[in-house]
Amino acid sequence: MAQAGSIPIAETGVARVPSARGRLHSVMRRRSMVGFVMALPLIALIAGLVVYPAVYAIYLSLLDKSMTRFVGWHNFVFLLNRATFQMVVFQSVLFAVSAVVAKAFIGFVLAHLMHAIPSRRQRFYRGLLLIPWVIPLALSTLGWWWLFDPTYSAFNWLLNRLGLPSVSWLGEPGWARFCMILVNTWWGEPFFMIMYLAALKSVPEQLFEAAAIDGATGLQKLRYVTLPMMRNVISLTVLFSLIVTFANFDIVRILTNGGPLNTTHIFATYAFQVGIQSGNIPLGAAVSLFMLPVLAIAAVFVLRGVTRRSQEAM
Amino acid sequence: MGSAQRISRRKALRLAAATGALPLVHIRTSHAAGRLSVGFWDHWVPQGNEVMAKQIAAWAEKNKVEVDFDRITSSGNKLLVTIAAEDQARTGHDVLSLPTWEVQNHHAKLEPIDDVVGRLEAKYGALDPFYQYLGKVDGHWMAVPASSGSQYKGPCARLDLFREHCGIDLPAMYPARAEHTALSDSWTFETFLKAAAASKKIGKPFGIGLGTTADSVDTSGSIFASFGAQFVDAKGAITIKSDATRAALEYMKRLVPELPQDVYSFDDAIDNRMLIGDQTTLIYNPPSAWAVALRDAPKVAAQCWSFPTPAGPAGRFIPMNIFQFGVWSFSRNKTAAKELIEYLMQREQVQQRCNVVYGFDIPPFDSMLDFDIWEKAGPPPGTLYNYPLRPFHKANRWITGLPAPPQIAVQIYNQALTCNLIAKVTQGGLSIDKAIAWAENELEGYIG
Repeated sequence: MAQAGSIPIAETGVARVPSARGRLHSVMRRRSMVGFVMALPLIALIAGLVVYPAVYAIYLSLLDKSMTRFVGWHNFVFLLNRATFQMVVFQSVLFAVSAVVAKAFIGFVLAHLMHAIPSRRQRFYRGLLLIPWVIPLALSTLGWWWLFDPTYSAFNWLLNRLGLPSVSWLGEPGWARFCMILVNTWWGEPFFMIMYLAALKSVPEQLFEAAAIDGATGLQKLRYVTLPMMRNVISLTVLFSLIVTFANFDIVRILTNGGPLNTTHIFATYAFQVGIQSGNIPLGAAVSLFMLPVLAIAAVFVLRGVTRRSQEAM
Repeated sequence: MGSAQRISRRKALRLAAATGALPLVHIRTSHAAGRLSVGFWDHWVPQGNEVMAKQIAAWAEKNKVEVDFDRITSSGNKLLVTIAAEDQARTGHDVLSLPTWEVQNHHAKLEPIDDVVGRLEAKYGALDPFYQYLGKVDGHWMAVPASSGSQYKGPCARLDLFREHCGIDLPAMYPARAEHTALSDSWTFETFLKAAAASKKIGKPFGIGLGTTADSVDTSGSIFASFGAQFVDAKGAITIKSDATRAALEYMKRLVPELPQDVYSFDDAIDNRMLIGDQTTLIYNPPSAWAVALRDAPKVAAQCWSFPTPAGPAGRFIPMNIFQFGVWSFSRNKTAAKELIEYLMQREQVQQRCNVVYGFDIPPFDSMLDFDIWEKAGPPPGTLYNYPLRPFHKANRWITGLPAPPQIAVQIYNQALTCNLIAKVTQGGLSIDKAIAWAENELEGYIG
């Protein structure tokens, strides 16, 4: 078959070489090329703002403190042997997993409650519940900090009014960790709610009707109809939220700055303290990259599962 | 439109390039000595920025240099992030304000500035070793100690409450004149503890924190120093396991119960609010809290008095944070940058800036301690006279981490090791020896 843009020799007897402009035209007419060219700005953006910084961060994490000598995995090995960093790993996992589980659960319940509200009134409540998510996190965390403030805590004021003693919200490790998780849950739960609500709305009503005819209870409908139909959305939201929560910075930075006794430090805040404040950028980069392989593997498995289920459904 | 008026693409490009270059040409003709980009700390007193801007403009006009002056806030660590970004990108401002540790953190990209410091020292006297510790690397000055933003963080206490409840007459102990008093010799950590207990009893405990931010770190570090505790010596050897450290921790076990309940979650603003809100008898702070009280709580401000820290067995150590003016090695106008810094550090300029910020800024040269702002500031009259360290105070400037090599000290400071060590004992319930062993392990990590 003759290639587009060229004329078979047998037809003309003369080899006609297409001009440069002609070749360009033929290349540009290919659909794949047009798609590529149109996606180029986005590819450039991702390469510039995601790929380059990520690769540069990996490069930095392999250097010594003065950034003049390649030290391989030394920074990572060094970190693993430090008690404080081991605590940071534990706290980051505790913070991210607890907050994501809480957000997913509350989001799921809220989505169901919202689904039960008639659509006319639903819009109002949906908007109301989205407020925490649309307020800039640093700003809303400042509001929370004011509520937990050591000297003028509004919560303590209430407790005292009820005759109860003040609580050291941010000064006691257990409470401080609880406060961080609470604020993150409050902020991120609307995202889960809206995603789950969208998924719920896409579940065909006939499935519920068929289950009802078969005598399924509410719990059975949830287990055998709702959850399987929402599985992809749940997987993706949990994965996305896990990545974002592991990378959280604002909440800890504003509420506790990692204290008391380093018991609230998570990867991002510890990386900032080590990298920017203490002037050891390679070690800070190593801290911030620590969860990358774990999250990348989790992402591969989750996305593979989502793709498989999507193909099965088609 | 006729073809004669049609503009080709090439012509259009040429025109655009020429238009783009026009302002550059204009700048060069009117500013023969080139351009300079300056990023200074955004002073909490707006007038401090205004006077700085005027001084820069006057210098720029005289020297025919176009200067872009950026004020960079330290809130949210923006200044630190800017410095780190410019270091990495090797571009940005020519001159920057570098907070306490940043000269040591970024010295590899800073231009040695011995010539400027040399001339300033010849004119105003030698700089204290404290400044050398923070500003010199391998025998070279990498930045010029600045006055703008440099501050002591000694006690600021309530005259009335101290007199009535603690039995201490502050102006008698530290009068607003160059005089050493016998009473000041009795201002020790034992007296301090009694005053703390008396303050707690009246529901206005000392506003001293053990959090992770600068105020807490500065205060706790100076207490350790007063007991003679060194975490790491000047050669980099770990020396935390000592009787002095144990004595300091024993003392803190007695002091902490007299402090507020939430002492472990203090940040740098809580103590200020406590003072202004009439919730405390004493805080460790520069005069910013007093100055805000002047505006928001004048009755409280009229009862404030700044004075040196108490003395411990090893002496009196006053926490200090400084700023320094540095020139990046990748600056394109180093000569002008150095000239501007030298101009800004002349006595007239330093005094002008110091006056408008209520004496908050501490000049690095002791010969400038005769500015009258610290005598005049009030109410009450003389409240700031003893804010700057004066020879008769018999005290030392201190930064937590000293005398460790700066690359170790900066980690002791920023990872709040002093506060965490105290908290391990007073909050975590560890024995003193176990807590010291924990800190020793942390220090090994900093050195590692």
